[in-house]
Amino acid sequence: MTNHKTIKNIEQELIDDFSLFETWEEKYEYLIDLGKKLAPLDPAFKTEDYKIKGCQSSVWIHSHEKDGLVHFAGDSDAIIVRGLVGLMITVLNAQPAKEIVNAPLDFIDTIGLSSHLAQTRSNGLRAMIKQMKMDAGVLG
Amino acid sequence: METEGTYDVQAIRAQFPILSRKVKGKDLVYLDNAATAQKPVAVIDALVHYYSHYNANIHRGLHTLADEATATYEASRAAVMHFVGASSTDEIIFTKGTTESINLVANAWGKSFLQEGDEIIITSLEHHANIVPWQMVAAEKKAILRVIPIDDNGILDMEAFKSMLGPKTKFVSVVHVSNALGIINPVEEIIRLAHEYNAVVLVDGAQSSVHLDIDVQTLGCDFYVFSGHKIYGPTGVGVLYGRRDLLESMPPYQGGGEMIKEVRFEHTTYNELPFKFEAGTPNIADVIALKAGIDFINTIGKAVIRKHEETLLEYATAKLKNIKGLRIIGDVKNKVSVISFVVDGVHPQDLAILLDNQGIAVRTGHHCTQPLMHRLGIVGTTRASFAAYNTIEEIDVLVEALNKSLKMLL
Repeated sequence: MTNHKTIKNIEQELIDDFSLFETWEEKYEYLIDLGKKLAPLDPAFKTEDYKIKGCQSSVWIHSHEKDGLVHFAGDSDAIIVRGLVGLMITVLNAQPAKEIVNAPLDFIDTIGLSSHLAQTRSNGLRAMIKQMKMDAGVLG
Repeated sequence: METEGTYDVQAIRAQFPILSRKVKGKDLVYLDNAATAQKPVAVIDALVHYYSHYNANIHRGLHTLADEATATYEASRAAVMHFVGASSTDEIIFTKGTTESINLVANAWGKSFLQEGDEIIITSLEHHANIVPWQMVAAEKKAILRVIPIDDNGILDMEAFKSMLGPKTKFVSVVHVSNALGIINPVEEIIRLAHEYNAVVLVDGAQSSVHLDIDVQTLGCDFYVFSGHKIYGPTGVGVLYGRRDLLESMPPYQGGGEMIKEVRFEHTTYNELPFKFEAGTPNIADVIALKAGIDFINTIGKAVIRKHEETLLEYATAKLKNIKGLRIIGDVKNKVSVISFVVDGVHPQDLAILLDNQGIAVRTGHHCTQPLMHRLGIVGTTRASFAAYNTIEEIDVLVEALNKSLKMLL
């Protein structure tokens, strides 16, 4: 697959999508929906090796390199976190490793989800991004 | 708003500045009191007053500020003594919190008196703070850590406990009230049985100190520990009550200033109780403000607050049970105002996120009791815990928000 869109392009699309939401309910319904639609992770990767430590829910991220691009798959036992996994996969999947590592990902703040980056043990987004960038760094 | 009999909950709420703030545009509904209680203005004022008027190091200075700070600090110790029914201020040691109190005992008592093959007994309901320090000292002394099992409702298996007791039992460290489930353990019976084998007993009062009447002499425990921040006091201050003869037999936990009588390079003699265990400049401001927290409870009366909390617990329990798929964990009679629950097919973290967006603070997760969650076969629970200032209306808000959240998730 050729990748037409850059990370920035996809971030802008999400910013546009989220700008349509007027209430917190709509935003979270979108995330819950994203979580429900996320392709299931191959059970072979739902192991301790792929589990991200430090989250209140279980989060698994699997990554592999193909034709110079990094591909991600992931899962969580919590549906909103699963939505966040889906969101990050939407943004970072099938991109060059270097782009992933260097992405500032400031769209998270713009779409009003920065509370999920808070440094508490209960929020998985920060750990998730760190893992995806680390994987990209290794694969790149 | 409501006034329940003579209990004027609005007058109590007015003493807590934080309760008038908004969260995500909604009125804050604070139901995470088992994690930490909010602070009445008297506690906040005590901190400000200390730093504004008589901040000084205590016990050694010979000036007016030092005299005032020392007298107020020691008045707090006396208040704590009465709060737990101890007979002397010598038996009240100030620490950073429950965790440090337990670590102090595990280190100072455990390392001196435990021997290879000795047994320490804890329960399946313990917070990590009453597990890990004992694992550490047990590993060092080659002692054995044993755990009293529970049934599926979280009730301790006392027959199993009786069968564990023996000449090897040296220490029993038990949680008075489960932080995860709110269950009150039969500590009087545990203490009595353990003492038949001359075992020393520590009661973790982190959750019980704010709800139950505590009299360490009636209980007969050897140590009782709790944190100031859960009894409406500041963070960073906790208490270790210890029986005088035990505290005297224990070596100091940390060395430094304050805890010494005389220091020579060849030899140091230690200060007397309680100062032997309070090395360095203590947390003067927070200790002083702790008294304001205790005064807050005493002014209303613990029994009066408890009655209010029981009303809230009963109301919330009935309301929550009406929610389809919701199961209360530890649904027993003998408990404090804590409700821990799970909902079929719903992860507690999802609930917490959606409730937070509706201004509601509850705790979700394993509550620092991973072995308990493992035993119950769950990843965690959602926990609502009530305090003196919570209202029936707030429970209605919780129930409505829960229903809305579940509709979004399922």
